[in-house]
Amino acid sequence: MAATVLKTETIHIKSSSDVVTARQQVRTLAIELKFSLVDQTKIVTAASELARNTLDHGGGGEMDVAVVENGIRRGLRLTFRDHGPGIADIKQALSDGFTTGGGMGLGLGGSKRLMNEFDIHSQPGAGTTITAVRWK
Amino acid sequence: MSNLLKLIQESRASVLQNWMEGIRDLSRRRGLIDERELEAQSGDVLSAIADVPADTNLSNIDLPAWQTLKELLGTLSAARAVQGFSPSETALFVLSLKQPLFELARKHWGNKANELFSEITLTNDFIDKLALYTTDSYIHGRDQVISRQQEEMLELSTPVVTLWDGIVALPLIGTLDSSRTQVVMESLLQAIVQTNSRVAIIDITGVPTVDTLVAQHLLKTITAARLMGAECILSGIRPQIAQTIVHLGINLEDVTTKAKLSDAFRLALERSGRAVVRVSKANTSAHAAKEL
Repeated sequence: MAATVLKTETIHIKSSSDVVTARQQVRTLAIELKFSLVDQTKIVTAASELARNTLDHGGGGEMDVAVVENGIRRGLRLTFRDHGPGIADIKQALSDGFTTGGGMGLGLGGSKRLMNEFDIHSQPGAGTTITAVRWK
Repeated sequence: MSNLLKLIQESRASVLQNWMEGIRDLSRRRGLIDERELEAQSGDVLSAIADVPADTNLSNIDLPAWQTLKELLGTLSAARAVQGFSPSETALFVLSLKQPLFELARKHWGNKANELFSEITLTNDFIDKLALYTTDSYIHGRDQVISRQQEEMLELSTPVVTLWDGIVALPLIGTLDSSRTQVVMESLLQAIVQTNSRVAIIDITGVPTVDTLVAQHLLKTITAARLMGAECILSGIRPQIAQTIVHLGINLEDVTTKAKLSDAFRLALERSGRAVVRVSKANTSAHAAKEL
């Protein structure tokens, strides 16, 4: 069953202060949806990781944050788009400890564990789109 | 061309009075500025307009003759940004000068349509330019306020406090981005040296999000402190943060962590060979008796 989008907001990620804005926006919507404190923190942390990836590896891009509804379930869907170099080996990128940027190498895999649905579309040279959903 | 200037010079008092009437309601409503102060400011602005040489061109406010006026408006609008006026209120202060000037022009050229029109067009342009200049200065003033606040927050957020002889604590509050973490790390390491501390407590109760970057910064700080011979205790890990850290897969096993600052402090005292003991009642009263 396809999810219905109730509300979407887009945030451009061009600098590290935009990562903060993205985080705040996601937190506001998570509170609006009455997610529990733990879930709020998980979603916000995942948003922070993915937004920073968009900035550091994708050279900037944008985040769509959408309130979605699937039957009686509601959730928050985060979509990150960049037009950077893309990911050659998605499986490797998702494995813990693998990093190309000097970080901890836990951002992608960690975000996947923090969210319910996680999907990466990427082609070398054509940018990356990551969609992550957390249901209530 | 500036016949109007001459008129302003001649009837300065009545123009000021008209102008004040126009802006009085506006400023009184908000109560942000004292009426006497407003009158003094308006008087200054009017003098700066009237006191230029009588042949000064009104259509170019970049002329050196207008420098005094521009400086005055600049300080004025920067002050208003601080006082809490909105940009439109600040611009309105200048724009409201149009009415009395038009009135003056009408009184003088009322039956000469062409001259009246050209004088009014000229005045209108002039005041518009001044208003734009004022708005620009206002924004500049506001920008300065913002950047000052940013700096203040950066400093404010990194106080290292001495809890006991040899024990320092760093209560972190807010977002930990790269530039702030750098300041935090430096001030903690500096404080460890200065106070000769063996134990440092980093409290993250006030940090809303701990992602991998924040964790990495914290781990680096802890490692650096360890290199200097100080042991770090990480405290203030709230339940939701703990769960998130587990899901992210961040390994904090090598770090001593506590849920509360008080626990961390107790541990720190223990590590430095001290303990907090409750004084028994008998002892207290005996002590009190001795004091008397």
